[in-house]
Amino acid sequence: MSLYSAQLDDSGQPLVQVRGLHVQFGRQAVLREINVEVSRGETVAVIGESGCGKTVLLKTIIGLVRPTKGSVSFEGRDLASLSPRDLAETRTRFGFVFQQAALFDSMTIGQNVAFPLRQHRDYSNDEIQRIVLTRLAEVGLPESIVAKKPAELSGGMRKRVGLARALAIDPELILYDEPTTGLDPIMSDVINELILNTRRHHPVAGIVVTHDMRTAQKVADRIVMLYPLARLKKGESQVIYNGPPAEIERAADPRVTQFVRGEARERLMELRQQNGSLAWTTE
Amino acid sequence: MLRVCEYRDHAERVADRTTDRWTPPSMAIGATPPPSWKPVEGGGLVAGALNWIANWIADLGEKVVEAVVALGNLAIFSFSTFGWLFTRRPHAGTLLPNFYQIGVLSLPVVALTGVFIGMVLAVQSYAQFRMLGMETRLGAVINMSLVRELGPVLAATMLAGRVGSAMAAELGTMRVTEQIDALASMGANPIHYLVVPRFLACLVLIPALTTMADFMGVVGGAFYSIGLLDIDTHHYWENSRHFVGVFDVFNGLFKSLFFGATIAIIGCHRGFTCDPGAEGVGKAATSAFVLSFVMILFLDLILGIALEEVYLWLWPHAPSLV
Repeated sequence: MSLYSAQLDDSGQPLVQVRGLHVQFGRQAVLREINVEVSRGETVAVIGESGCGKTVLLKTIIGLVRPTKGSVSFEGRDLASLSPRDLAETRTRFGFVFQQAALFDSMTIGQNVAFPLRQHRDYSNDEIQRIVLTRLAEVGLPESIVAKKPAELSGGMRKRVGLARALAIDPELILYDEPTTGLDPIMSDVINELILNTRRHHPVAGIVVTHDMRTAQKVADRIVMLYPLARLKKGESQVIYNGPPAEIERAADPRVTQFVRGEARERLMELRQQNGSLAWTTE
Repeated sequence: MLRVCEYRDHAERVADRTTDRWTPPSMAIGATPPPSWKPVEGGGLVAGALNWIANWIADLGEKVVEAVVALGNLAIFSFSTFGWLFTRRPHAGTLLPNFYQIGVLSLPVVALTGVFIGMVLAVQSYAQFRMLGMETRLGAVINMSLVRELGPVLAATMLAGRVGSAMAAELGTMRVTEQIDALASMGANPIHYLVVPRFLACLVLIPALTTMADFMGVVGGAFYSIGLLDIDTHHYWENSRHFVGVFDVFNGLFKSLFFGATIAIIGCHRGFTCDPGAEGVGKAATSAFVLSFVMILFLDLILGIALEEVYLWLWPHAPSLV
């Protein structure tokens, strides 16, 4: 059950389609045979423990990492087949919210939010100023912040500026990389509300990479869980859950419920064995 | 091709960040190494040495492959820089700060270097030329070495230290904090936006800085020779004019263009391929300077030989100092 039903466009084509995706760095495989689709207006949370390849998946979707095998299509067009110019053009339809906000620290907050507008739109300065202030107001930041540098802001504020910057040119798909990591519970919830609020005001699809179950439960229509390749048996799919948030707690796979409930279980034993019970005194 | 480079850089970096590499307990700090590594007795020591050599040979192939890959990466990086240089004009907003940073702010230090090199040359060569009674020839020697060698090389070295490592550190920090990814994700090409303006600034301004170093060197040398060593003014300048030709000045300025391009490409490439963390940024800055300095010396030799050939081809019977 989700608040926002996923809509397909006229052709019935998903907005983003990841097919048979493999990503490998040197000899190390990170993603294997991933198939994920995101429809227009749908928000998908990608969860999984650290190092399972969530962020790599996100960066592959926006074309920052090239697939070793398989493809990522946006509206049916394979990103790898696009010319640099078309790729740049396509990226203007994406918004990416980085884990540490990745604001340009040589620029003021205003210039940061205005950056995508100046790159891709022919607006007058007044118009850009107006849009910047509107976007900042949407994420609950005051006008006075415009002239400040990113270093003067707190982590939560920087993340909100990052969101405002991603929203600046009305993207159709927003990718969130760990939006609540490193924030206090209240600020985490503020960010969750902002993600929901963004959906209410703009018809955007979203992919939220997170290991915060509260965020996943609150903002997503669907949850996809990835499992680290190194721990998988041969032939097993790396996607171990793909379904609605409401049912994840009752998932048949114990690895899913273990993550959802945050239990170490057999991992503790493994660590003890590996360390020869030096650091882990048994009770 | 442009994209390949971008992707590869990213791929390597993400790989570094995303792998939670598990260190086996035997490798952990403070743990005792496995018994086979311990040089207990004579036989063990020999076996250990053999083992070490065998490992070294086994790793050699991988090291060669790594070096080839690194060189290829640098080549692709340079090609895409040239590609963007000619396809789209950089914004004035990105160009001017770099010109200011690289050109204007480097002037004092380059000028200072020039003055001192000129004076040092006078100090070092005076005694020997005096023994031959040829003090007035100092003008020729000082000014010739300045415009051909020391001016361009030392200006480039100062630039590599002041600007090259700063570029590596700045771009490296941007890489580590995902600002370069952010640029790309907003449809701006990082090479066009970050590298091209720096490259242009270095290329256009290094001849100017070299000219400054040459000029200040000439002033410094003349001040010491004429002012302090009391060498005859007229003959000092007359000898300079007679020996130092236009080709010598051109020689120095021509070489400086290559130095400038090298400094910018190496500095930016080091930054773009920076390892994560403060240590990575530090390493990028250091290696940018060391590598560009070595390249400056290497290019200086190669270009020196080539330009000498050109000189002899143009003027086969010309008198030469060499």
